[in-house]
Amino acid sequence: MYRYDEFDAAFVAERNRQFRAQVERRIDGSLTEEEFRPLRLMNGLYLQLHAYMLRVAIPYGTLDSAKMRQLAYLAERWDKGYGHFTTRQNIQYNWPELRDVPDMLDALAEVGMHAIQTSGNTIRNVTADHFAGAAADEIADPRPVAELIRQWSTDHPEFQFLPRKFKIAVTGAPNDRAVTAAHDIGLRIVRNDAGEIGYAVLVGGGLGRTPMIGKVINGFVSQADLLPYLEAIVSVWNLLGRRDNKYKARIKITVHEHGIDAIREMVEARFAEVRPQFSGVDLELLRGIEAQFAAPAFRNAPTDAYDAARDADPVFRAWADTNLSAHRAPGYAIVEISLKAHGATPGDATAEQMRVMADLAERFGHDELRISHEQNVVLPHVHKSDLPELHAILRAHGLATANIGLVSDIIACPGMDYCALATARSIPIAQEIATRFDELKIEHEIGALKIKISGCINACGHHHVGHIGILGLDRAGVENYQITLGGDHTQDAALGERTGPGFSAEEIVPAIETIVTTYLSEREGPGETFLETYRRVGMGPFKAALYPAKGTSKDEARADAA
Amino acid sequence: MPRPFTPKVVTANALLEGDVVYLAEDGSWTRRLSEAELLTDEADAQIRLIEAEKRTSEVVGVYLADMAPGDAGPEPVHFREAFRRTGPSNRFHGKQADA
Ligand code: SF4
Repeated sequence: MYRYDEFDAAFVAERNRQFRAQVERRIDGSLTEEEFRPLRLMNGLYLQLHAYMLRVAIPYGTLDSAKMRQLAYLAERWDKGYGHFTTRQNIQYNWPELRDVPDMLDALAEVGMHAIQTSGNTIRNVTADHFAGAAADEIADPRPVAELIRQWSTDHPEFQFLPRKFKIAVTGAPNDRAVTAAHDIGLRIVRNDAGEIGYAVLVGGGLGRTPMIGKVINGFVSQADLLPYLEAIVSVWNLLGRRDNKYKARIKITVHEHGIDAIREMVEARFAEVRPQFSGVDLELLRGIEAQFAAPAFRNAPTDAYDAARDADPVFRAWADTNLSAHRAPGYAIVEISLKAHGATPGDATAEQMRVMADLAERFGHDELRISHEQNVVLPHVHKSDLPELHAILRAHGLATANIGLVSDIIACPGMDYCALATARSIPIAQEIATRFDELKIEHEIGALKIKISGCINACGHHHVGHIGILGLDRAGVENYQITLGGDHTQDAALGERTGPGFSAEEIVPAIETIVTTYLSEREGPGETFLETYRRVGMGPFKAALYPAKGTSKDEARADAA
Repeated sequence: MPRPFTPKVVTANALLEGDVVYLAEDGSWTRRLSEAELLTDEADAQIRLIEAEKRTSEVVGVYLADMAPGDAGPEPVHFREAFRRTGPSNRFHGKQADA
């Protein structure tokens, strides 16, 4: 696993020391809140609705057991005994007190973690596929290049005052689990005809106020050309980007306004200028980083115990069918631990559960854990013969919910239960939907279905790319939920389409049920997923089911309100 | 005709704990909305706000929140304030647990 070098450790220690002094000066009154606010934000400390919130970075969502145990310790020692994993592969603590935060940061530094957000209008932490280094469909591990980009962009003099923040995601597999099309730049590792590894580069994706799917600016950029190519993109945007309007400053607007072809031409021209400055040191650096991400020593053993348990135990089989994914090493599986027990808060884990997961990683998983943007925990490398025992331990701790990728595996942002920016709640909506479909006992029959909920237009819950997306809004002082259908976060990324007027908090769960039953009656068979059915039949049947009494006065009133 | 003034309370978060607090009539900060001073006069509300904003060593993010008079003190007009008064709806934490 990648280890911070000594420079990083010294840097984090120094930042923590400074922040401790800043907290003291805020408390004794020598710093005003206006002065202190940017300092605390730089250290991941936000003020939310009911309390402070500390956001801890988990680069590429990659953790080991020591880190996970320390996260548990923080939750118990300074918070209320749990943490919340987010769609940005981070963890958030919802209840820290100001005086304790420097101690929390020091405790994190002990295991090489920090809460430093590369905040401001810079290139933010690079995200990657949560199956990185394990997936059977992977061409190459995306994390080394993500780390290379992090090192290149940190403190890059030209990129400290960009028009706006800038986010990059990398996938190493053709099945895109990193939502690369919804980032300012998305990289997809590909092979060319000669078998060489390179990158398909997407640009101009993003969710939020003006959602856009990224466009391919170049289908193959070689490893040697990658950094100069990225530099060319960022510098073209740096020149063209709209600094006059915060809402138009992201590169997605630049690409939209100028067109991808014009942008491509400018990038190529800039690339020709920049390329000679890259001597190949970056490639040597990449090779060094790759060595640190080397795969563990996989063992060669029979999987009889797994096969026997599958045959004998239907509960185990159901879990294996939904929560395992294909591993690249024979005899191994990728395990997803669902943090979506029916009725629980999506993404929350107690300190005890974190310790259990850390123990399991250490015992069965080559000491590796990942956090997925879908708010679940991944044990990337587990030998199949260990799965029956692992499953039994998960079950004993309420962690064996067999629902990965199903209707109750819902992404939900914190929404108005915690977030100061929210316009409506998201968590209770997720809880009610999951509880409802659990009562109906039809989620396995429904099959693959992704519901994603955001509590405001900022779209932290990725609602635009949910098969069913839910956006919570404030309509004249009442929570109102807009539904979109047909979104897709994968390599075939698409934005969902609005069904029509929104629904109240009381109406939204029945509305989702209506959509699902409509799908079940429209589909050609259990083999046709929700998304496939939607693409075949379109919005029509869903609209008809959701808004049956067209033209009634209540409906018109609703249409007006929307 | 001028719009009628919606009554307000002065609210903020406590600097050290981050808790939601309200300004009481005696100028102290209270954790209970029922003990907050309901300001029914616009000029009065502005003065109380400006005074409260100066107390930066005690609180963060001072603002005026709309309220309606109720039997047990001020009642939130908007659901955001209802959540701030109570705590999150997914866990029994925050004010509802302290009550
Ligand atoms: S989408 Fe909005 S409500 Fe949800 S976490 Fe992001 S900013 Fe907060």
